[in-house]
Amino acid sequence: MAKVIVYPPTSMILSDLVERMGHKALVVPESVRKLATADEIESPPLNVTPEEPKKGLRYAAVDVPSGVRGRMALIGPLIEEAEAAIIVEDPGWLTGCAGCSRTNELVRLLIRTKGVPVLDLSYPTDDAEAKAFVQKIKAFLGELK
Amino acid sequence: MKVTKYVITSSESDILPSDIAMKIYGSKYDVNVKETCFGVVVSGEEEVINSLVKEIRALDPSGIFIKERGFPPGDPRRCRGRRGGGARPGFYMIESESKMLPMISRALASKGEAPPIPEKKKPLKPKRLEEIVKEDLS
Repeated sequence: MAKVIVYPPTSMILSDLVERMGHKALVVPESVRKLATADEIESPPLNVTPEEPKKGLRYAAVDVPSGVRGRMALIGPLIEEAEAAIIVEDPGWLTGCAGCSRTNELVRLLIRTKGVPVLDLSYPTDDAEAKAFVQKIKAFLGELK
Repeated sequence: MKVTKYVITSSESDILPSDIAMKIYGSKYDVNVKETCFGVVVSGEEEVINSLVKEIRALDPSGIFIKERGFPPGDPRRCRGRRGGGARPGFYMIESESKMLPMISRALASKGEAPPIPEKKKPLKPKRLEEIVKEDLS
């Protein structure tokens, strides 16, 4: 079972396909859960403590907007854990945790410079593309140990 | 550790969110369940939820999709009832991807090789355009 980071990191389709193939999908909701449901809420309501900006600073400089550093505090540790990656071209409708274009550029860059196997795709627009999309993901994940 | 997951149905699936909710109500599992327009949100202990979602997926393996969720169902930090209305940010992502689910479901259910996809027409490169203009002028 390999740990596979998916981009967009909140994608339902990608995380579901990775889990179906028996691998572990690294997704943002898991990072959010660790903060939001921790037994001891140190800093309500979202439990973002002074430690989180420090994590973000490992990936982005102090003069980078706080939104980028905040998102990187969640996504950065996932990239470090990743053993493979599936990147889907930005469809133009990303929101929430994946709604910052600068963060998304940095995430894609960090994944590519990490040197793990990467599968590049774009979201399907018809049945033929969807079939190829699913088969490429199956083949890529099948090669991972 | 408690986890929360979305169980999302494809719009072409024969399984309705209410069917999933009824299955969970009738199951032996001690979990919280919330029915929504696109599926259900289930929350409980990790091992319990993992075996439960496996059973739910078996209802329609290619038409049911599972997604992680950070906040528990009805959490006042995310619940729109407490925030004055409006969808939470993650809903738009689910909404956009849900439109693709019928295609993905059909792809998962189908067997055999994918048909070759014709290459999409690319816009004319400026250099080629210049050549065409020069050819016409000469």
